[in-house]
Amino acid sequence: MLKVEGLSIRFGRAAGPVVDGVDFSIGAGQSVALVGESGSGKTLTCRSILRILPRGAEVCGGSILFNKGAGKGGETVDLLTLSRAGLRSVRGNCISMIFQEPMSALSPLHTIGDQTMEVLRLHGHCSRLTAREQCLSMFERVGFPDPDRALRSYPFQLSGGLRQRAMIAMAMVARPRLLIADEPTTALDVTLQAQVLSLIKALQAETGMAVLLVTHDLGVVANMADAVVVMRAGRVMESGACADVLGRPLHGYTRKLMAAAPCIPETMAPAPPPPFLANEPQDAILEFHGVAKTYERGMKRVRAVAGVDLAVRRGQTLAIVGESGSGKTTLARLAMLAERPDAGGSLLFRPDPDQPPVDLLALTGPALTAYRRRAQMVFQDPYASLSPRMSVGEIIAEPLLIHGVCNSGERRTRVRALMEQVGLDPGWACRYPHAFSGGQRQRIGIARALALDPQLLICDEPTSALDVSVQAQVLDLLESIKRRLGLSLMFISHDLAVVARLADRVAVMRAGQVVEEAPPSALFSAPLHPYTRALIAASPEPDVDRPIDIATVALGAGKPDLWPEPFRPMSDGAAPPLVEAAPGHFVRRAA
Amino acid sequence: MLRFILHRLLVMVPTLLVVSILIFVVINLPPGDYLSNQIAELRATGQEAGLAKAEFLRHEYALDRPLAEQYLIWVGVWPGPNGFTGLLQGDLGWSFEFNKPVAEVVGETLWFTVILNLAAVLFVYLVSFPLGALAAIRANSWVDYLAATIGYIGLATPNFLLALILLYYGQKWLGLPIGGLVDAGYEDQPMSWAKAASVLEHLIVPTIVIGLSGTAAMVRRLRANLLDELGKPYVVTAKAKGVPPLRRLTRYPLRMALNPFVSDIGSLLPSLVSGSVLISVVLSLPTIGPALLEALRAQDIFLSGFILMFISLLVLIGMLISDIMLALLDPRIRLGKGRRS
Repeated sequence: MLKVEGLSIRFGRAAGPVVDGVDFSIGAGQSVALVGESGSGKTLTCRSILRILPRGAEVCGGSILFNKGAGKGGETVDLLTLSRAGLRSVRGNCISMIFQEPMSALSPLHTIGDQTMEVLRLHGHCSRLTAREQCLSMFERVGFPDPDRALRSYPFQLSGGLRQRAMIAMAMVARPRLLIADEPTTALDVTLQAQVLSLIKALQAETGMAVLLVTHDLGVVANMADAVVVMRAGRVMESGACADVLGRPLHGYTRKLMAAAPCIPETMAPAPPPPFLANEPQDAILEFHGVAKTYERGMKRVRAVAGVDLAVRRGQTLAIVGESGSGKTTLARLAMLAERPDAGGSLLFRPDPDQPPVDLLALTGPALTAYRRRAQMVFQDPYASLSPRMSVGEIIAEPLLIHGVCNSGERRTRVRALMEQVGLDPGWACRYPHAFSGGQRQRIGIARALALDPQLLICDEPTSALDVSVQAQVLDLLESIKRRLGLSLMFISHDLAVVARLADRVAVMRAGQVVEEAPPSALFSAPLHPYTRALIAASPEPDVDRPIDIATVALGAGKPDLWPEPFRPMSDGAAPPLVEAAPGHFVRRAA
Repeated sequence: MLRFILHRLLVMVPTLLVVSILIFVVINLPPGDYLSNQIAELRATGQEAGLAKAEFLRHEYALDRPLAEQYLIWVGVWPGPNGFTGLLQGDLGWSFEFNKPVAEVVGETLWFTVILNLAAVLFVYLVSFPLGALAAIRANSWVDYLAATIGYIGLATPNFLLALILLYYGQKWLGLPIGGLVDAGYEDQPMSWAKAASVLEHLIVPTIVIGLSGTAAMVRRLRANLLDELGKPYVVTAKAKGVPPLRRLTRYPLRMALNPFVSDIGSLLPSLVSGSVLISVVLSLPTIGPALLEALRAQDIFLSGFILMFISLLVLIGMLISDIMLALLDPRIRLGKGRRS
């Protein structure tokens, strides 16, 4: 039905092609996944099908043959040479597209009903009244609780998941033969991702349309695709049936991708406790006691963190997992004393195992500065967290300068040592951040955090902006540094698979509260809380034989009132207490 | 929506109150007042006869009372020598400089100022909208460069010079009248079609001159906004839906780019009023500008106070209009209060 042959795309005449001789085809009703890391040319390839390439990009060779299908003309056309008017009748009508970021891909000034009906009206399918009806039934189909109200809603009034559903409704309303989905779930939380993917799958089964899925996530591929095309640097590395490519990858690059793809182990041997800890189980470097944080937005009060008790043990990694809005980043900011918690809670820091702990909230002046030296942070976005106007050497040396730790000669030696420690060439110290890739930038961020010899490192989603293979390297680096320097880590992530690699304890957060806390071996092999189960079930595995269990996801990610009995909120609406279900395994349920 | 407008109108009251205090304090900052200056002058020149009248006026207009009391009398919430006679009662006070009531001094010029500035605003929008939009759509083409050139000329040429040039060539080639508001023959005559046409004819040059720099700035702003919007993902979405080019442009990015365009109305109005003083002098236009200049120089407090109050009112009305239009145009502002994310 769609046949791409020898497709090449370049930016300007002088540069070489960024997409080079790509071939693949999609049969009617089939779903094909285009997989690759950033810069592989997968997005350019899918955009060239509708000829919506960014400014400056031009197709310099190849053809894209598309059969319009019996209902819509029947003839086969080459989309690359089709007239503008001819192309317009294909766009949205025969081939439609879903984008990564529904917030920016939907017009903020028009209701989603208006934007969806526009497709039907444009392609002359029906009158205004029937368009409205079709729209309503499509909204109902994609899971809007109140389609009539949705019709009149603006994108900014909807949640992220509903926005993507609106996008899907808009793409599906004209019953296209081919749906192009460009990273449709990358901006969503895992439980939402699972629900949106299953929705696309169900719609595909109903309408018999084909799907071209562009993604970097092999787990998504395994759940969605019949066939896979693996791309790297503009070329196809390997293609074939999904089970073959993922099951027995032939190309070295595919094997590398598979190896780097994080996955949640089904069973895990409990890690032996580090020897120096065995006799001192109570030695926590940082303790949260009843810590809460309430933000006031106008008249509304938002409880970002609602009474958290946690401890980061010395030399260990405490991972905090949760979806957006669960309060995990607020918790990190509280630990850094970047923000003050509500009155009532306390934060205890024990710099030395033999000394009594220090109450962080009582610190002022020099004592507070001393704490800031001991606790450092690695940020989520390696692009935004490095000043583009400072050289790498200056960035890494800045903490030394602020705290006046050493003179300029010592600083230079220290910067060189730090850069070597994180695997960067010390000769690069005079370069600026823009010269580095995402992974290298995150290494710079880590070097900066290590500059003051901290005892506690707080990592806020340090790898979520990185490609999988780079993510694996950065995680390895963090782990080796932690071992070498005896650091304690507070690691914040939305990704259970990442956490499984390096955590000693995992706390799952939902709506500002810890719902379950356990060592990873216990948490992944015997999760107790329905929300934890949903998170684990929703993580897509790069294995065609282990599809997402959508029922578990829907249950756990749904309203707390629908959870099974012991986990439900109590009669007064408050959450049940955190109880110890097994030694070291805490869960929030009625005792 | 109605509540929004009502709320905004209510907020205007305290704003005006604060503004009126500021104005009154500021114009009273220089030592002395019109009458005490005059009295000093009369004394120096030995014209004792005028003194009695000046002293009478000083008492009559309560200039011999404390400043706070003067202010309250001026606003009209405190009884003056002749009862409540302030702005609230519609009594604008006495202009010592022109020796007649402020209302008479300002009278006609007020309306002409409003008309002239409305014309200038209209000119700014009518010209800058298509020019700015074209400049953005055809970025880096001859349309863009032409718009830029006009813009730079408009911004860089002193207005009074431009006024003189336009007057000269307007007269030479098009036979446009020079200076004034209407032909001399129509002055003091009742309003008629012929007189209105004459007024319009006289408006052409001043409108262009006053509006040009505003237009230039607006063109650049609209171009930048629209260029930004053209690259946004929702435009690509519209393209992927198969929306034809013209409809795609007008329905999506152009509407978004209108926001800053509209919100400028509020700040445009006062800058036109105060910016047109020099031009009014050059073109001998009977606007409020020259009167303000004169009043400030002579410390004619009631006249300058009223004119400044009037300009402040214009600003507030401009802001109100732009806020209402913004709320109508952009649902994010209209419905923003119940925002969910």
